[in-house]
Amino acid sequence: MIIYGVALLSICYLVGNFAGELLGYLLHEDKNVGGVGFSMLLLMFLTERMKKLGHFNSVSAGGVQFWAAMYIPIVVAMAAQQNVMGAIKGGWVAFFAGLLAFIASFMAVPVINRIGLKKHLETSTWNPVPEEDRQ
Amino acid sequence: MIDRLYQTLLSEGLLVGFAITGMVMWGSYWISAKLTKGRIHGSAIAVCVGLLMAWLGGALTGGKNGIADIPSFAGIGLLGGAMFRDFAIVATAYGATFQDLRRSGKAVIVALSVGLVLPFICGASVAFAFGYRDAVSVTTIGCGPVTYIVGAVTGAALGAKSEVIALSIAAGLVKSIAVMIATPMIAKRIGLNNPHTAMVYGGLMGTHSGVGAGLAATDPRLVPYGLMVSTFYTGFGCLLGPSLFYLILQHLLAF
Repeated sequence: MIIYGVALLSICYLVGNFAGELLGYLLHEDKNVGGVGFSMLLLMFLTERMKKLGHFNSVSAGGVQFWAAMYIPIVVAMAAQQNVMGAIKGGWVAFFAGLLAFIASFMAVPVINRIGLKKHLETSTWNPVPEEDRQ
Repeated sequence: MIDRLYQTLLSEGLLVGFAITGMVMWGSYWISAKLTKGRIHGSAIAVCVGLLMAWLGGALTGGKNGIADIPSFAGIGLLGGAMFRDFAIVATAYGATFQDLRRSGKAVIVALSVGLVLPFICGASVAFAFGYRDAVSVTTIGCGPVTYIVGAVTGAALGAKSEVIALSIAAGLVKSIAVMIATPMIAKRIGLNNPHTAMVYGGLMGTHSGVGAGLAATDPRLVPYGLMVSTFYTGFGCLLGPSLFYLILQHLLAF
């Protein structure tokens, strides 16, 4: 049933976020540290396991895949509520600081990317062409 | 009549959000296919339309939440809010493989460290160049380009002036918006077409909204890899900002 997938996703979300809160607490911070990351790892682990044991069929997977497919529209809704006016009002200090940071980080990508890239490309089964561009 | 329509829009907010976002997506993919012949990705255009709507909302209401500050469109705020966003992000992890994650460990740690320090140096230098000399203000403005959350948290922790915190948040927003718009355009040039590079990218850029939106418009399969890393970025940023970064700057500015 579809709800199995949605329920599993919710459980991973809740458990992962709790782990993030705990880590934040241990680091003496008021923030959730890596909650979403833990949730993602948990979901990957559990679905892989359950598939092997035959407890997770394609219908259940639909409950997860629906929400994964909703990510882009949700990002658009998120973009629509950014404080764009605030960014503009920040003036030149904010503009230069933000843009310079972006450019510097962007230039660091090819440099750091080299670490372990060769090994990754040799062993990964990844197809670099996005699914919708395949003919 | 109009009253009834208004009431419906208000009470069924989330569904209004689904409807409007769907229409924006449809229009953006249409523009992508017909006007740019697929050269600019539909979701990249949709994000830009979203940002335009946010600007419009801010210009009309003077609020901070973009289009969601207009009551009839508050549902967009719910759809794009933290809960649905994180829920969908976790869902994207389905289908990602541990194998691709594990091999990139070293690069990811380097990317995260450099990704936290670089924007701070940039932000602090700009603040210094514009005449800020006290360690609290320079640290706060320096932390903004890490992410705007780090800027806000650091500013609050150090007791910075509210206009400095506002500047810091604005700097973070500028970076986030730049990442959203530029990622699909520069993806090819930096080889952003595999999980490894996506993780390095997530660690260097860090901003959740920017990385997520940017990768989604580049290749949706890369989203979980980039976000898996950037989810740790803001947390560590909030940890370093008011402590290590502040102490170093306090030392440097004392001379």
